[in-house]
Amino acid sequence: MTASLALSNLACVRGGRVLFKGLNATLGPGDALLLTGPNGVGKSSLLRLIAGLLPAYAGTVTHAGSLALSDENTALDPRLPLAKALGYWTGMDGTGPTAVAAALEALDMTRLAEVPVRLLSTGQRRRANLARVLASEADIWLLDEPGNGLDTASLALLESAIAAHRAQGGIVVVASHQPLGLADAEALALEAAE
Amino acid sequence: MRAFLAILGRDLRLSLGSGGIGLPVVFFLLVATLYPFAVGPDGALLAKTGGGVLWVAALLAALLPIDRLIAPDAEAGVLDQYAVRGVGEEMIAAAKITAHWIGFGPPLMLAAVPASAMLRLDGETLAAVELGLLAGTPGLAALGVMVASLTAGLRRGGALAGLLMLPLAIPLIIFGAGSIGDFGGGALRFLAASSLFLVAVAPFAAGAGIRALRE
Repeated sequence: MTASLALSNLACVRGGRVLFKGLNATLGPGDALLLTGPNGVGKSSLLRLIAGLLPAYAGTVTHAGSLALSDENTALDPRLPLAKALGYWTGMDGTGPTAVAAALEALDMTRLAEVPVRLLSTGQRRRANLARVLASEADIWLLDEPGNGLDTASLALLESAIAAHRAQGGIVVVASHQPLGLADAEALALEAAE
Repeated sequence: MRAFLAILGRDLRLSLGSGGIGLPVVFFLLVATLYPFAVGPDGALLAKTGGGVLWVAALLAALLPIDRLIAPDAEAGVLDQYAVRGVGEEMIAAAKITAHWIGFGPPLMLAAVPASAMLRLDGETLAAVELGLLAGTPGLAALGVMVASLTAGLRRGGALAGLLMLPLAIPLIIFGAGSIGDFGGGALRFLAASSLFLVAVAPFAAGAGIRALRE
């Protein structure tokens, strides 16, 4: 199945306030969408909306392919070793231990596989969060500030992981303050709605 | 089905790891131990009231793990990850009810044996209590998950959960304690019916509660 994602005339209202309206975007295999804009403008809300966690106030989101979301929550059991904690989600996704090993390898975390999640540092936890997305082998990645807390080396790993995902026909939607090396990504600058 | 088993397995592992199974059992046994101290060692009185006491103890023991049924998963983003994967909220609730029941129903039934000795219950009464617990604890588990999902987003949800759950458990306690007496057969059927009703309704109510948590 080829992955696709289309936002049509999308509007989001939270707490009686219009965050954004009239958003349109169409993404096909290998495409990337970079969301930019000041704090509180609705980047995270847009990602949650695409993920189906928030209802759209108006407009529609249509997607073909499986989704994976990385937000500020690690969603890994703190007491389990990293590989086992990731294995819980791959078990549910049906991807298995090889996907976990490949994801850890891609983010240079193989030697941390047996370390309990609660002992990971902030940056390592962030990478573990991204490893969860990689291991899910989902078609569409939704990444909320994936570069937060990452050092330069890890940022490079993230960029190459995104590039590899796109080369395989995946779609990436990224909300980021930091400049990320996304080759010819479509940029969507959210502005405060009136 | 894979998601159901995965959630069931994870919740069981978590409740085993955090002492979630031991706590209700110890609490249940403590109540059974304290009651004879409070009313005195009159064997006839204990035997007459002991069955009802066990039911109150079971109800209170079911309340103990409520604050860790839903709230930690909501805070850690686990429920969001289920939703992204398209796992239905009703399915999540049903798996959590099953795991919660396995975590406290059968252990309480085992603990009822030593507890009945402390309350001087005869074999016939013990059998009635066990049968009642078998029929009633699934309803208590369903009620627990339902209330947990409704209070998960609130501060001090645990205290409110008790206030919400205890009145809703009144049918279970009436018919549960009633199933011990002379006309136990009819009460046991009512107990099973109320329990079944809760088990049937709770996944939908709890599922709606989990959906509402996302806002």
